[in-house]
Amino acid sequence: MSVFEGLKFRKVYSPIHNLDPRIKFVYVCAIFGVAIVFWELLPLITLFLLQLPFVFLAGVRRQWLRSMRGAAFLATIIFLTNFIFSFIGAGYIVTAKNLENAIAMTLRFVVLVESFSIFFITTSPDHLGLALEQTHIPYEFCFAFTTAVRFVPVLAEEAQTIMDAQKARGLELERGNFLKRIRNYIPILIPLIVSAIRRSLELAEAMESRAWGATKKRTNLYVLKLHRSDFILIAITFGIIAIAVYVRLYVAIPSLNELLIDLA
Amino acid sequence: MIEVQDVYFTYPSGVEALKGIQLTIQNGEFVAVMGQNGAGKTTLVKHFNGLLKPSKGKVLIDGVETTKVSVASLARNVGFVFQNPDHQLFSETVEDEIAFALKNFGFKDTIVKRRITWALNLLGLAQYRKTSPFMLSGGERKRVALASVLAWNPKILILDEPTIGQDYQQKEKLRQFILQMKAQRKTVIIVTHDVEFVAECNPRVLLMREGKVTIDGEARKVLTNPEVLTQASIVPPQIAQIFLQLSDFGLPKNIIDVYEAHQILLKTLEKKAK
Repeated sequence: MSVFEGLKFRKVYSPIHNLDPRIKFVYVCAIFGVAIVFWELLPLITLFLLQLPFVFLAGVRRQWLRSMRGAAFLATIIFLTNFIFSFIGAGYIVTAKNLENAIAMTLRFVVLVESFSIFFITTSPDHLGLALEQTHIPYEFCFAFTTAVRFVPVLAEEAQTIMDAQKARGLELERGNFLKRIRNYIPILIPLIVSAIRRSLELAEAMESRAWGATKKRTNLYVLKLHRSDFILIAITFGIIAIAVYVRLYVAIPSLNELLIDLA
Repeated sequence: MIEVQDVYFTYPSGVEALKGIQLTIQNGEFVAVMGQNGAGKTTLVKHFNGLLKPSKGKVLIDGVETTKVSVASLARNVGFVFQNPDHQLFSETVEDEIAFALKNFGFKDTIVKRRITWALNLLGLAQYRKTSPFMLSGGERKRVALASVLAWNPKILILDEPTIGQDYQQKEKLRQFILQMKAQRKTVIIVTHDVEFVAECNPRVLLMREGKVTIDGEARKVLTNPEVLTQASIVPPQIAQIFLQLSDFGLPKNIIDVYEAHQILLKTLEKKAK
């Protein structure tokens, strides 16, 4: 459940928390795009390091580390898959290039998780909904989206309680062969799905009893406005995109191995 | 026997839920754990079947330290009924739901069938044997959850908020059932906010506040101590409130039981009539 914990928003005041969610989202998408464009290790390391000031400025180091720990399992699978296939492809030889490629692919995934984790940790679901609304997306969709985001940690907590309840009735999740272990999760999944459906029906009733959809023209208590720090982030984002495009088109990126040999 | 030796527990979020709990619960005791929300009641009882392990200190169940064995092996002797039945119901029929734990513990088919029938009859669910638990009412689902735990006949039974969503008749049945368990030398621990239910049962009460047990004593003493109850955000039971207010007229303060209250009032009125 640590991945969900790592994505959970906590109200803190920091320059990163105060940024406009729309601009933060554009920044995250830019990082996403740049990470996809590069497959070399050096730019991916740069992208990874580029996010760290955001983590420290926001003061969310612990949560961020938790989300990184949560991503470790998938990162290991990505590394092993890439490494094993390149190992077989190279004729059962371990080469520095193959190893570097596998690390680069893993780091690409880590950069993606890192940037989205910073976004979700530092953006309240309400601000996210507000941002969507102010970009003229129909309110029904905005509400559905923010509710889904808000309920992720709630569902994670519920899943933990269900696991406890079933363990208390003698269920051992790690018992048996692979297929049996998958089957062991049925007593967890069914109550979780049923409870999520029940919860959504209750929420719908509660919303309707509070005049949901009574008027087409809704007003908002808060309105998002761009500040100086938002313009700085826009400049940083465009800077990163411009540098990335230039490097991709005109610079021959050396591999880490070549760079080390050159330096030696 | 449950021994809790200087137990501290901190959740991964950093919340310190238990702070130096020290207590012993003997076999056959009936204990009610009370206190305001967030006092650490459920956290404490989750240590008794190993769902939570102490950050510091020890919990021993019949001499076995909970950190040394799995939840499943502890569960064989410690039955835990969760507050919300929807957190455990998943089978197609009530019968399958009750059979789930019995199969997990490796009971033979003939014994499983016998235990299901016994548990269904005990909780008045026999007519729902082949019904989907999802089609039942909230109170009935709660009874199915209880039946599914009672079926394997654990030595220690923990009930988290057992009276929520139960009508008076069901509460009375639950009380009778708990007394029956007590007569069989089973340990029953309930976590509850229901002072009236506790007053009717008169168990040993553990009053918790901010992760500590502030008072440990029989219900009659704890529930008639307004100062302690106020600190724990608990209102005394109605009978206790009446007798506390009538204490100026020479009536005893420590009355929580309806039958006893009736006897005392009758005697007093008879005296006055003479």
